Amino acid sequence: MIGLNHFLVFSGTLFCIGLFGALAKRNAIAILMGLEVMLTAVNVNLVAISRYVTPEALVGQVFAVFVIAVAAAEVAVGLALIVAIYRNRISVNVEDFDWLKW
Amino acid sequence: MNIMFWIIAVITLGSALLMVLNKNIFHSALFMVVTFLGVAAIYMMLQADFLAAVQILVYGGAITIFIIFGIMLTVRGNMKQTNLFSKNAALAGLVSLALIVINAIMVLMTDWPVSENAPPVETVGHIAELMLTKFIVPFEVVAVLLLVALLGAIIIAKEVKKTS
Repeated sequence: MIGLNHFLVFSGTLFCIGLFGALAKRNAIAILMGLEVMLTAVNVNLVAISRYVTPEALVGQVFAVFVIAVAAAEVAVGLALIVAIYRNRISVNVEDFDWLKW
Repeated sequence: MNIMFWIIAVITLGSALLMVLNKNIFHSALFMVVTFLGVAAIYMMLQADFLAAVQILVYGGAITIFIIFGIMLTVRGNMKQTNLFSKNAALAGLVSLALIVINAIMVLMTDWPVSENAPPVETVGHIAELMLTKFIVPFEVVAVLLLVALLGAIIIAKEVKKTS
């Protein structure tokens, strides 16, 4: 029988795959994609706990809607930043973004 | 239910892994869509039908379009080597793998207070009620946040003109 544990391990694994993408990639857009996968995994976690621990309250689903809205805002601003940096440096390689170090 | 969960979990996690490992960033974006649709199926399985629809609309639609726009605006020439690993990929892989194992052990060791009550059949009405009564302030704040993000994205991405 599929229970809460399965969903929590699933969302934790998805989160760590997203984390690996965000940490190990060189392209700034790939890092943004990893972040989106991480946020989605957090949503799965919220909805699973809401479904199994307090099934009648639905508060977890409301939280998940807010997280989705924040994720949409984040990806818009992030891509605008990447496009603006690309215009200056003609690169999206994060190893080229070194204004703050010498 | 059991077999469906395993099929969907394998498809979702497998496409997430392919998204990370792929060397072509456009293929990565396509695998990301499969991951998001798999998560929508997981929401269906958790009886969150409204969230499944929102997931497909926002993640499968809007965010994917954003990402593909970003790829098309920034990548030039050959697509084949556009999504490579950085120098510290091995360390990142080690950290992620350790975190997967630790998370699984912690989840299986914890005694969750699982409730036997059935979830409500119709979720949209309840979510709307909660959002417009108990969570009215976060709801308005998110509306303002979306407006600010929209304006900020336009201003940041706009070409800066030399004034002199």
